[in-house]
Amino acid sequence: MARETYSELFNANRGLIDRGAAPVLNDMRDHAAAMFLRHGFPDRRVEEYLHTDVADWFSTDWGMNLARVQIPVDTAEAFRCNVPNLTTQTHFLACDRYVHREGGQQLPDGVICGSLSDISRSNPELVSSCLGTLADMDRPGIAALNTMFVQDGFMIYVPDNTVVEKPVQLVSLMQSPVQMLAVRRILVVLGKGAGLRLLLCDHSAASVPCMSASVVECSVGQGAGLELYDLEETSLSNTRVTEYFVSQQRDSRVHADIVTLTNGRTRNTFHSVFKGPGAELELNGIAIMDGAQHVDNYTFVDHQSSDCSSRELFKYVLDGESTGSFAGKVLVRPHAQHTASVQTNRNICMTGTARMFTQPQLEIYADDVKCSHGATVGQLDEKALFYMQQRGIGLAEARMLLMLAFMSDVLDRISLDPLRSRLTALVELRLRHGQAHCDGCNICK
Amino acid sequence: MTMEMLKIENLHASVAGKEILKGIDLSVNAGEIHAIMGPNGSGKSTLSNVLSGHPGYTVTEGKATFKGKDLLSLPAEHRSHEGLFMSFQYPVEIPGVSMTNFMRTAINEKRRYLGLEPISPTDFLKLIKQKRDLVKLDAKFMNRSVNEGFSGGEKKRNEIFQMAMLEPSLSILDETDSGLDIDALRIVAEGVNSLKSPETSAIVITHYQRLLDYIKPDIVHVLYAGRIIRTAGPELALELEERGYDWLIREFEESEKA
Repeated sequence: MARETYSELFNANRGLIDRGAAPVLNDMRDHAAAMFLRHGFPDRRVEEYLHTDVADWFSTDWGMNLARVQIPVDTAEAFRCNVPNLTTQTHFLACDRYVHREGGQQLPDGVICGSLSDISRSNPELVSSCLGTLADMDRPGIAALNTMFVQDGFMIYVPDNTVVEKPVQLVSLMQSPVQMLAVRRILVVLGKGAGLRLLLCDHSAASVPCMSASVVECSVGQGAGLELYDLEETSLSNTRVTEYFVSQQRDSRVHADIVTLTNGRTRNTFHSVFKGPGAELELNGIAIMDGAQHVDNYTFVDHQSSDCSSRELFKYVLDGESTGSFAGKVLVRPHAQHTASVQTNRNICMTGTARMFTQPQLEIYADDVKCSHGATVGQLDEKALFYMQQRGIGLAEARMLLMLAFMSDVLDRISLDPLRSRLTALVELRLRHGQAHCDGCNICK
Repeated sequence: MTMEMLKIENLHASVAGKEILKGIDLSVNAGEIHAIMGPNGSGKSTLSNVLSGHPGYTVTEGKATFKGKDLLSLPAEHRSHEGLFMSFQYPVEIPGVSMTNFMRTAINEKRRYLGLEPISPTDFLKLIKQKRDLVKLDAKFMNRSVNEGFSGGEKKRNEIFQMAMLEPSLSILDETDSGLDIDALRIVAEGVNSLKSPETSAIVITHYQRLLDYIKPDIVHVLYAGRIIRTAGPELALELEERGYDWLIREFEESEKA
């Protein structure tokens, strides 16, 4: 049903969509529409979506701002989303629109950063040579839908041998008076030996249910290093579907953290592929849920080259009647000898009504590899709780300490010091009060 | 006049529906050290767990008064704040929670209960240093997770260290001697003895006489089948060491029949 609705919407509004967007984006739409007709939205019949019916999420009558109506946003307030002791280059997406701000950026020569729509106009060759090359539309997912409707987003290009010292922060804010679907596209291109730390903060100030459908493409060149932190602190009425496509050339390093602190319904899909030998991926995730919240992380790591390593650690704390899912597939192809891969998923269900589904999958077609995976679902240690109570630590505080201890190894893996202490504080705040709101940020108040 | 620290009257308790304590009467005054001895399965650990508020045990009858307060109505953490400490027979490992963080939280929770400000970082460090020396616990343990990777002896010393930090008025040492070599036993005992004062009391629960060579009890009780079957002075412990428990149990069973 949703497939026909969105196809009709697309056909009826094609002119409107194209008018609000750059030719480079418009050129991709026909193929995307064909792919979308072939696959539609994934539902539970697709194995990777066993616990999340994305098709159902899209069946709501969301509005889309195809005419690019400027919804007023208070960027000055929103930009206070800061991390203490961390100065960042901050960019801003209001729903699906890049918001320009006063003040110049201090970026190394050759770095191109800002509105995807603008850069598509000013540097069409650059954008068309990268955009859509990683996002596979010929499979179940939202890449086709995203490409059909995308009008703006964020892009950063870091040329060869250039390191952006100051972390770049992109704040995406959902702010709409009416139910809305925001289609966002983020493109990250790192040349040979380039370096970037990117912090994606996903917020919502919408008073009505809203949904985001984002595709993030990261092309990481030979010997380049990317640190990517994705922090969701939206709202209980928010629905988010984000699909990552990461490609790593030889000897590159990617560290990615996907953190869900406050949300309604979330599905994150992370595709990663090693295109050359000697590359490393560290992929971590945290989800803290209660009430009726839902978080589903799906990861797919494709070892196509030899001598690459991937290390995954996902941890969930589920309270109330929340549901969580983690499925991770690691594929080691026949020539990917000397692959090292570790995948771990550990979860704590605080109540008998919370549900966690975990499914590690390892497919190995090479014979000289070191691969392991492990998954656990458990409760807080009652013996430890009583021990702490005997020493005077109240039950609530004892539970908090144990939950924080449970998350400590994921947090410890964050190499950006101010962000690690910030996230540790946010996780503690979330565990303590049920709701996370970073007090440095006015959006969440 | 001597202050009554703990008064237990006709205490009955069960675990998983099975009655373990069948009417305990016990009175401990300030400044006294009591030893509770008895064969395996007599209810010694149940008694310490019930007194410290373990949620797995149900009190079915009787009462316990601690410094004039109804002990059994308090949650475990408030019993601790009021000055009750239990040294665990098997101290629990808590991965991811550092000793320092654990101790600071425990001390500040107690201070909050008593209406005091949180302890200052310098005072806290001073206190840690002082109490560590007491049980010869190396500074490196403070940054490690609670009991994680500690040897048996280190765990027990850590229990006495925590006891020293929390300055309880009543300490229950549950089989603190189990798994300790003679040197560790001496260090633990010295720690306990140095904390002894006219205002504090201790209940030493033990299977063997050994620990009582180092921690001298004023009164010795024998627990059997959920009841205290004999109370006497320290000489009783020596007699038990020599003759075992059988004669006492026989005498008790005969008096029950009569």
